[in-house]
Amino acid sequence: MAGQFFRLMRFAPGIAAILMPSLASAATGQPTPGEIGLQGSVTPIMDSITSFHNGILLWTAVLISLLVFVLLAIVVLRFNARANPTPSRFTHNTLVEVIWTVLPAVVLIIIAIPSFAVLTDQLTIPDGARKYLGSNIFSFGEVDVPAPALTIKATGAQWYWTYEYVDEGKSFDSNILDEPTRLAQTPVQPRLLAVDNMLVVPVNATVRVQVTADPTGVIHAFAVPSFGIIIDAVPGRLNETWFNARKEGVYYGQCRELCGKDHAFMPIAVRVVSQPVYDAWIAALKSGSVADANATLPPITEEQPA
Amino acid sequence: MADTHALEVHDAHAHEAHEHHGHPTGWRRYVYSTNHKDIGTMYLVFALIAGVIGALLSGMMRLELQEPGIQIFHGLASMVYGSSGPEALDQGKHLYNVFTTAHALIMIFFMVMPAMIGGFANWFVPLQIGAPDMAFPRMNNISFWLLPPAFLLLLISMFMPSGEAGTGVGGGWTLYAPLATTGQPGPAMDFAILSIHIAGASSILGAINFITTIFNMRAPGMTMHKMPLFPWAILVTAFLLLLSLPVLAGGITMLLTDRNFGTAFFKPDEGGDPILFQHLFWFFGHPEVYILILPGFGMISHIVSTFSKKPVFGYLAMVYAMVAIGGVGFIVWAHHMYTTGLSLNVQRYFVAATMVIAVPTGVKIFSWIATMWGGSISFRPPMLWAIGFIFLFTVGGVTGVVLANAGFDRAVHDTYYVVAHFHYVLSLGAVFAIFAGWYYWYPKMFGLMYNERLATAHFWITFVGVNVVFFPQHFLGLAGMPRRYIDYPDAFAFWNRVSSIGYYITFAGLLLFLYLLFEAARKKRPAPANPWGEGATTLEWTLPSPPPFHQFETLPRVDTKADAH
Repeated sequence: MAGQFFRLMRFAPGIAAILMPSLASAATGQPTPGEIGLQGSVTPIMDSITSFHNGILLWTAVLISLLVFVLLAIVVLRFNARANPTPSRFTHNTLVEVIWTVLPAVVLIIIAIPSFAVLTDQLTIPDGARKYLGSNIFSFGEVDVPAPALTIKATGAQWYWTYEYVDEGKSFDSNILDEPTRLAQTPVQPRLLAVDNMLVVPVNATVRVQVTADPTGVIHAFAVPSFGIIIDAVPGRLNETWFNARKEGVYYGQCRELCGKDHAFMPIAVRVVSQPVYDAWIAALKSGSVADANATLPPITEEQPA
Repeated sequence: MADTHALEVHDAHAHEAHEHHGHPTGWRRYVYSTNHKDIGTMYLVFALIAGVIGALLSGMMRLELQEPGIQIFHGLASMVYGSSGPEALDQGKHLYNVFTTAHALIMIFFMVMPAMIGGFANWFVPLQIGAPDMAFPRMNNISFWLLPPAFLLLLISMFMPSGEAGTGVGGGWTLYAPLATTGQPGPAMDFAILSIHIAGASSILGAINFITTIFNMRAPGMTMHKMPLFPWAILVTAFLLLLSLPVLAGGITMLLTDRNFGTAFFKPDEGGDPILFQHLFWFFGHPEVYILILPGFGMISHIVSTFSKKPVFGYLAMVYAMVAIGGVGFIVWAHHMYTTGLSLNVQRYFVAATMVIAVPTGVKIFSWIATMWGGSISFRPPMLWAIGFIFLFTVGGVTGVVLANAGFDRAVHDTYYVVAHFHYVLSLGAVFAIFAGWYYWYPKMFGLMYNERLATAHFWITFVGVNVVFFPQHFLGLAGMPRRYIDYPDAFAFWNRVSSIGYYITFAGLLLFLYLLFEAARKKRPAPANPWGEGATTLEWTLPSPPPFHQFETLPRVDTKADAH
């Protein structure tokens, strides 16, 4: 079965593309209507999550379900009372019992190898020397990721985020845009995901994100699907994650830990821009307000919503 | 010595009185009941009522989620509170959280647990082990009668003030601090905590009763390794309850004192830690999910064996798979907490430990299929539900293996993927097992046959319905739709609509089920002692349907030489 499994895996991406088009052509940065797979990836971490899921987990899940379905179908067709009026009485078969204990264990070990590697990548902040898996989850790491270039502290509160550019000592709040404002100012951004002040970061730079919550508030979670990151914002704790986005655009996320009535209304929007645009933006933020800084950004267009 | 003598005399007297007067009738029969079968029936009726309420709550949620935007709950809030405009909208958002919280608590504590453990186990553990009753009949009575007040407290809590947001607990069934402490001011949360305390006490008493009964009251000759699988499942479940519920009780007591008595277990600004609550909660919460499913494992084994006309395949492996699942279930709790900031090594451990559970679970699935293999299967309604269970539980199980990987969990943590996963194992697993058990034992319990065509239709409608509800939720989760959201970005509209349509199908199945109950009660077709034929070999089928008020006054003897397995 393992051999068959690997043979199938070689064709997996192709079959996936035929059977499930949205798996192959998922949008980046936000969900698309009717989507049935993961959002597109722009970080090495999400690359590894995507190939781990689409290449291994999805197929293991589908094949095991199909195996049980086929076995049940055989039993139903061959051993129904009409087809097989006299039941046999066997209750033991040591060989098959050993097989169905050992084989699942082997499958789990096969899953575990990339699983631990993907996990280790996620929880290891880059130092510039360590190599990351990227989409090749059976490698020992082939993607270079630079050490963090900037640190951002995201603080969850009921019901908005505060982003602090720790190196610059500047911070601002990021609130959901209400519908009239969104429609008037930036209809290209999706409903419930648009915010007034996005988190702005440079492309191809490693960003260290420290996440916590209002010390007198409740738990939130900072999640951006296209980056493959989620980390809880816990009052009194400082959690840490990181990302390195390779493509300019806007990447949306939402609060992922129940935090009260407006849990669904505190989105996260990260705008990845080129280094010069970022430099201008951060300079304007340093010398003025976040509104001044945002004025330096080009408008978000339909062509490049993400 | 004198005391013992007095006791004997008293006993003899009581026995005599009993012979003369028969058993109590009318409301006394139930309110004062010490009879495991009457108590079991009360549990089942209770679970049915709670289940309908829980299903209606989820119906309101699916109605709300059918379209993007908020269309139901602000209207509901203005009906309940008489508010309007933005105030009603805010109250509606809170009310949605109240509904998700109440739906989960009701379905877990007041539907699945009472149905499986209180209902079927009360009825059939004594019958299957050849015992006249439970070990502690009066404790059995209080176990049941603690439940209605607990349920009432939970329902009342929905109407109690909870800060500015409105009424009811909107903190989720996981009751995470600080949302359950400072986040829910007002008595609503205190009522809910008390409700869970009482329901937990009820379950602990029940667990003690089952453990004692199973260890001490098996019929002569029935060694542990000859005991049927359903009592085995209940034995493992009872140990899980006994060991995990006190931890929950401790955790929610700490919530209570943080809220009302100035302690700071979970308050970060006074030196506490909110994550401590999550550890306490999930140390209970993970065994709890096995508590919900293990009794189903036991029932499915009997049903599959009965309708295949074949003994259970691999009896000992089935027993020790359940013991293993129960044991390992205690050391995997933090896989619910991968995103809380656990260190790399801790996450690696919980990934490995969690994946191990797939092995004994696989043994069970394959053994059920092997039991059917070579059999002579008749597709009566209980068997349909059992086969449905095996397939749907497998689907829920494999997404469990997917989620066990912390590295991937991060993509779908707290999204609808998780909602789909646990509804496949619970709503489609545990609930299918409950219906399988219901249709299997209904003739025995009530001495009546139901309409099998209606039961078959009920199965197919429900099977289609629940899959339409929950399968698309995998897609929503992969695409990143967070759970516990009253409103969602428009891209998620399509699969949400499909999911809501599935609910209406499922609900039609529920209505058909209620009609089936009514029809069976009205038609009164008498059921034979054993309606299922030669495959039904456990002791309950040796008794008439329904069994006499007191059974096994002469204990049945289990042949010590014959090897049933």
